[in-house]
Amino acid sequence: MYKIAVIGDYDSIYGFATLGLSICPVRNREETVDKLHQLAAGKYGIIYITERFAAEVTEVIEEYREQTFPAIIQIPGVSGNTGAGVGGVKKTVEQAVGSDILFSE
Amino acid sequence: MASAQVNPTRMELTRLKKKRITAVRGHKLLKDKRDELMRRYLDLVRENMEVRKRVEAGILSANKNFVIAKAGMSEAELHTALMAPKQEINLVLDEENVMSVEIPKFDYKTRTADENDIYSYGFAFTSSDLDGAVKSLGDILPDMIRLAECEKACQLMAAEIEKTRRRVNALEHVIIPETEKNIKYITMKLDENERSTQIRLMKVKDMMLEEAHHYSET
Repeated sequence: MYKIAVIGDYDSIYGFATLGLSICPVRNREETVDKLHQLAAGKYGIIYITERFAAEVTEVIEEYREQTFPAIIQIPGVSGNTGAGVGGVKKTVEQAVGSDILFSE
Repeated sequence: MASAQVNPTRMELTRLKKKRITAVRGHKLLKDKRDELMRRYLDLVRENMEVRKRVEAGILSANKNFVIAKAGMSEAELHTALMAPKQEINLVLDEENVMSVEIPKFDYKTRTADENDIYSYGFAFTSSDLDGAVKSLGDILPDMIRLAECEKACQLMAAEIEKTRRRVNALEHVIIPETEKNIKYITMKLDENERSTQIRLMKVKDMMLEEAHHYSET
């Protein structure tokens, strides 16, 4: 059976524990990288990561981009929405179509 | 260009003709694949954006609720309340094949069927704001799972579309024109050889007649 993990600063993610998700509080980049590799190798199908930490480890996330599992998904943290998640969606449109024809305002 | 390296032989010509047929067929198939992928991708990416906006708004308001809940009780109390989660989520992974792209399908089961099991604490010593906060987070969970599904599928499909598009373009603008050019070159070269052989034979015949009978055809 696979599980879902959430990576981020403790204040952003402690609520998810009540839903039955595994929470992995991290404080800095090294911890995030370690945790990400550890979770991806383990039985985790989805890994949510707060945008702030995701921005620091983009190259690690990129490694898992081509694999079907795990899905690494950015979510906004308690400090607010940086728009990185929406930006990621726009980036895939750009990659597929050539230019962002759907969401550019 | 490449035509300089081509051997003007019949065997090479047959080989090139086969190659052109394969290339044209491959080009058609890949183009169809690209179009179908693109159609599905555009549907999916629109949904992805919608779900993402919903999830982000949901998380934002849930975070607000948690801050309010935190204000109503001490940090230690809050940690104790959330320390031992009752509920657990088991994820069932599945893959769906869309035009040879493996996109994920997530199905989840909670450990207990009771949806109230997300409240991992007794209600006596916690504020009601905490209940609201936990509930708001629980409500967006299905959307979050769907987001993971959509977003991963979009990423995988975008990569595949890019790859397919490159292949289509390479076939259309490089491989097929080049093969056709080479075929034309060989055909012309072979025709030219044939003509030159014929002329040579005619000339030899003339010379032999001249020598045997001192007779010229003209």
